[in-house]
Amino acid sequence: MSEIIESNSLIKMTNIEKVYRMGGSTFKAIENVNLKIDKGEYVAIVGPSGAGKSTLMNIIGCLDNATSGKYSLDGQNTKCNDNKLAEIRNKKIGFIFQNYNLIAKLSILDNVLLPLLYLGYTGKAAKEKAKTQLEKVGLGKHIKHKPTELSGGQMQRVAIARALVTDPQIILADEPTGALDSKTGREVLKMLENLNSEGNTIVMITHDRDIANHAKRIITVRDGHITSDELNNKEVTA
Amino acid sequence: MKITQLFKMALYSVWNNKVRSFLTMLGIIIGISSVIILVGMGQGTEKEVSDEISSLGTNLITVSLTKTLNITEADLTELKSKPGIKAVAPEVSSNNVNIKAGSKSSTTSIEASNASYAAIKNYTVSSGRFITDRDVKNRYNVLVIGTETANNIFGYTNVVGQYMYVSGIQYKIVGVLTAAGTSTTGSSDDKIILPISSAQRLLKTSTISTYYVEGESQAKIDTAMSYLKMFLNKKYGLRNLATSTTTNTYYRVLSQTSLITTATSTSTSMSNMLAGVGAISLLVGGIGIMNIMLVSVIERTKEIGTRKAIGAKRRTILIQFLIEASTVSGVGGIIGVLCGYAGAYIAKTFFSTSIVISNNIVLGAFVFSVLVGLVFGIYPANKASKLNPIEALRFE
Repeated sequence: MSEIIESNSLIKMTNIEKVYRMGGSTFKAIENVNLKIDKGEYVAIVGPSGAGKSTLMNIIGCLDNATSGKYSLDGQNTKCNDNKLAEIRNKKIGFIFQNYNLIAKLSILDNVLLPLLYLGYTGKAAKEKAKTQLEKVGLGKHIKHKPTELSGGQMQRVAIARALVTDPQIILADEPTGALDSKTGREVLKMLENLNSEGNTIVMITHDRDIANHAKRIITVRDGHITSDELNNKEVTA
Repeated sequence: MKITQLFKMALYSVWNNKVRSFLTMLGIIIGISSVIILVGMGQGTEKEVSDEISSLGTNLITVSLTKTLNITEADLTELKSKPGIKAVAPEVSSNNVNIKAGSKSSTTSIEASNASYAAIKNYTVSSGRFITDRDVKNRYNVLVIGTETANNIFGYTNVVGQYMYVSGIQYKIVGVLTAAGTSTTGSSDDKIILPISSAQRLLKTSTISTYYVEGESQAKIDTAMSYLKMFLNKKYGLRNLATSTTTNTYYRVLSQTSLITTATSTSTSMSNMLAGVGAISLLVGGIGIMNIMLVSVIERTKEIGTRKAIGAKRRTILIQFLIEASTVSGVGGIIGVLCGYAGAYIAKTFFSTSIVISNNIVLGAFVFSVLVGLVFGIYPANKASKLNPIEALRFE
């Protein structure tokens, strides 16, 4: 029975707990987190700063291991070493950051093809694939530009292209509109909606309930606990 | 990740920070070029010395007698008939002898010997003739003059047939030596060569303590050596002395080959010392690379975090930084080699320093420079690879 459920859920967290040790004292960032996210969902994790959203995102994104509990991603247990985690991030997760985190010295094409190189693509194949991806986000004409020559919205689109280029299982967006004005923010949200309607699973972390309302399911985190997990009936479209 | 991609990425990164990369390379450039020039100079000197010695004839054995020994004309004939020995020439020499021609006077050195001397010492005359056995036998007051000496007292070198005074005694010039040029031991053209019998009378000496023995060929030099030693042992009455010893309280025999070995070993150790000095500057260059790489790791913390987030493994980051470090030092090495060649060319052309640049040194220096980058890149690269991606992403 549980096997069947597991095969349906992309993300399955059981009793996840993360404890930080600072000096002599310990601090529980999140505890008793049970969470299932299925393929094709559009989930927003919302909560005030310090609630444990980032910790949760780091664990979902395989940037960090949980202190205890079980987290399986796409049926695979994620309790593993650094290298294995890097591999999971590379293959299964596409990150979109608040500050875009593009590498300033590289052209946007090189930024987008980088995950493919880590995946073992040859330069030529990676270039082709990255170019196609950039065309999809409407930046096909700018591939030689450096990120600094682009606007914030464009940079976030590059970041989205980079997140998508490896065909990941989950797109993990951490405050994707945080650094953008509301108009471009709406554009980015629209893009995420479209990606979701194409079948991509999206997990968005935000402190802003209005932004969260764009998702189909809203998980509220407070003081390290999930306080509510409900389908969004007030869904807005950008 | 493909290694070629890593190389491309590293080269790109180095190229992107041109000024910084160049400044980082500077230490390596200076190190490598100084190693090449210094070692080149050392090897040049080495070659010069060994060339000079072999120009005197590699078949040459020098005999120095410590205890007086009366070697007669008959003895010399006997020695000459031994296997491997082609010619024997006794030598009497003296420095700072006063010479005079007309109103001009000067000092020079005397080398006095027999007719074989010319062949043994590779002397030729540009005009006139050399000393003959007849000159020696009859104690003729004749001499062969060096070009510089001739210039000193005559002002010209076409002096065959002229008369000059040596220590107040009148001598007839019968030949002029071919100019040999200046060597490390001074001018080879400032000398006069006299028949040994005449010189002995002039210098009031009857003992001869130096003999030159010419071997038939370089291959037969060992045969000649042992026969020579056997002869000397017999003459001194040394029955029990092994012929293997070349130096004892009675005499010393020295082949030119062993002289080359001795002389070049000095230059070799000098070369090694110079290489050491260069290696130290390379080491300093390596520390410079480590410094800059450490700064670069801190500067690029966020980039490293991003790379890790999108899937770079520890090893990938480690290799990326190692390649960057060794690319900087390797490119520095190549520039250093070119600078070394340029420096050597300048030294050769404008300061007529003899420099020999061997391919081994160039290759060795280049490989060493890459190694310096690798070794000094390990610490920063390791630091970069161990960065926690979450903290690195948060780094401002």
